[in-house]
Amino acid sequence: MSVLSALTGSGGRDSVHAVSAPLSIDDMTVAYQRKPVLWDVDLDVPEGRLIGIVGPNGAGKSTLIKAVLDLVPKASGRVLIYGQPYKKQRGLVGYVPQRESVDWDFPTSALDVVTMGRYGKIGWFKPVTREHRDAAMHALEKVGMADYAHRQISQLSGGQQQRVFLARALVQDAKLYLMDEPFAAVDAATEKAIVDILRELRAAGKTALVVHHDLQTVPEYFDHVILINMRVVASGPTDTVFTRENLIKTYGGRLTLLDQAAEAMRRRA
Amino acid sequence: MLQELLQILTLQSHNTRVVVLGVTALGLAAGIIGSFMLLRKRALVGDALSHATYPGIGAAFMIMAAFGHDAKNLAGLLLGATIAGLLGVGSILAIRKFTRLKEDAALGIVLSTFFGLGVYFDGIIQNMSGPSAAGLSSFITGKTASMISSEAMTIALVGSGVAIVCVLLFKEFKMLCFDQDFASTQGWPVVLLDLLLMGLVTAVTIVGLQAVGLVLVIALLIIPAAAARFWTERLDAMMILAALIGAVSGYIGAALSAVFHNLPAGAVIVLTASALFLVSMFFGRARGVLRRMVDHYQLSRRVGSQHLLRAMFELTEDSNRPTATVEQLLEKRAWSRLMLARFLTVALRDGLVVESAKHQWRLTNEGLAEARRITRNHRLWEIYLMTHADVAANHVDRDADAIEHVLGRPMVEELEAALATQTEPNVPRSPHPM
Repeated sequence: MSVLSALTGSGGRDSVHAVSAPLSIDDMTVAYQRKPVLWDVDLDVPEGRLIGIVGPNGAGKSTLIKAVLDLVPKASGRVLIYGQPYKKQRGLVGYVPQRESVDWDFPTSALDVVTMGRYGKIGWFKPVTREHRDAAMHALEKVGMADYAHRQISQLSGGQQQRVFLARALVQDAKLYLMDEPFAAVDAATEKAIVDILRELRAAGKTALVVHHDLQTVPEYFDHVILINMRVVASGPTDTVFTRENLIKTYGGRLTLLDQAAEAMRRRA
Repeated sequence: MLQELLQILTLQSHNTRVVVLGVTALGLAAGIIGSFMLLRKRALVGDALSHATYPGIGAAFMIMAAFGHDAKNLAGLLLGATIAGLLGVGSILAIRKFTRLKEDAALGIVLSTFFGLGVYFDGIIQNMSGPSAAGLSSFITGKTASMISSEAMTIALVGSGVAIVCVLLFKEFKMLCFDQDFASTQGWPVVLLDLLLMGLVTAVTIVGLQAVGLVLVIALLIIPAAAARFWTERLDAMMILAALIGAVSGYIGAALSAVFHNLPAGAVIVLTASALFLVSMFFGRARGVLRRMVDHYQLSRRVGSQHLLRAMFELTEDSNRPTATVEQLLEKRAWSRLMLARFLTVALRDGLVVESAKHQWRLTNEGLAEARRITRNHRLWEIYLMTHADVAANHVDRDADAIEHVLGRPMVEELEAALATQTEPNVPRSPHPM
């Protein structure tokens, strides 16, 4: 494909775009000890968009991300990142795990954690150099955490910890970002900081896939939305996909949630 | 005797020198690798590993005797210990993977089963005709005093090797311990790193058997690392400190047992480490008990003093009464008389309040300025919470009380900017009925 696009120049762009989407998932099934969590997932994620992954608890939102990253084994299916298997494209993918996935009592500073985003680039045995620490510091500035760079991480608030994780993904300098509930239990300042960063990423032509739990803010934050409940219920532009019928199919008709979502759509329109 | 002690502590006899150096290196390596194990929450795996070596030693002895070899060949015994130890760890992993038992149960089962098997083998060996089994039980509690220099040299070499690998792979191990999944997404072979870490622990444990014995080797892995954690919030500093504590313990234990031949080295090593642990637990600069008590005391004093000033400010704010009575203050805050008296005494000493008449207190100019500042911060917070966080108004007061004492000046300035309140340092009205 790359040869073809080189030959055809900019004229071949559209076809290249279609083939090497940031993320394309084919017929993926994930099971934990014979209990399927995700069934037959087919997805093509468009480039340069903010995409929300929405669904009830236990719907397999986090599992989707983890399966893409080879953190949980797939029972079947194929995942391509920009047209290649993930193993060859690690450098293009940034990851923000759930905040609870690590022990924040670890003896290390915020700056240190962010620097870990560069370890892949630094390579075996080599120590962290000035250049990498500067990059980490810059990322901390971007998320408004420069003043806390040398704090031990357990002394940070939940929102601040979340911003440290975001900064760690930013120094990866990826093209596709996968974020697992970055908005979970954060303060207003952090929520705003994350939204700003997401929009900045989009402006730079990057793609972000974000597991999200708050239906009210979906239309405001995301261009595209993927509704899942063990299978993909619907996926596409928020305007067309984030509808009452689709939400009923996803959530099984819990009306309070639906009303919130409807109100959010109205406010946006 | 004193001269002998000095001679040993300064390592003047060759054999003693090698033994003491070997055990010191062991302590150093155990401190370093123990730090990683502690942070990986695998500290007790070392214990299961060391107990699981016991049947391996017995089995190796019997096999070598049966084939007519020297049944007490050290390399053979240690090989048996290693195989059994790894089998033990493998059993723990298998139990966890294939059953729903938790790690602690799996550890307990494997540890006791393997050790029981070891005791059984030992019984058989004692009743065997043929090679003497004397010395086998030294693996249980160690035999530093009778160690020969080639054995000590092996310990020193393995210890230094482990330390060097840990320094080289510091960044890799750190990442593995902090966030394994993230490391994996960057392409680090986490399973391999994990196995390597386990391998290093196994190496330290196996060579440690001779020095401190299989019952106590776990102490060298856990105690120095846990002690070091009380002093620092940085991993590199923690590792250096743990290495030092381990090395000092090893040195003192080996040296003392060389002087007093009936002092078991393993016990002295562990007791030295434990003493250092106790000191660290109480006096550790970063998170020792004393430090926590001081922090808590200072916080409760600061909170109490701020509450007092705010209560006095609010009592006098709406009236022209410049004073507040003890009764009024008690009514406003859930304080005992004793507590109120203590806060007033402190405020009096700091020149913030004066007792204008019996049981009547008044804010000084300085106290008034401070009270104004505190009350203002507090109310800014309330407004912030009410406008930004959708918190019900009757909940705000308590929330704000807890938060404001934790936040410093920069945050307050940020709040002011966010709210774009009037610039004159007035105190905005409380946003809820008082």
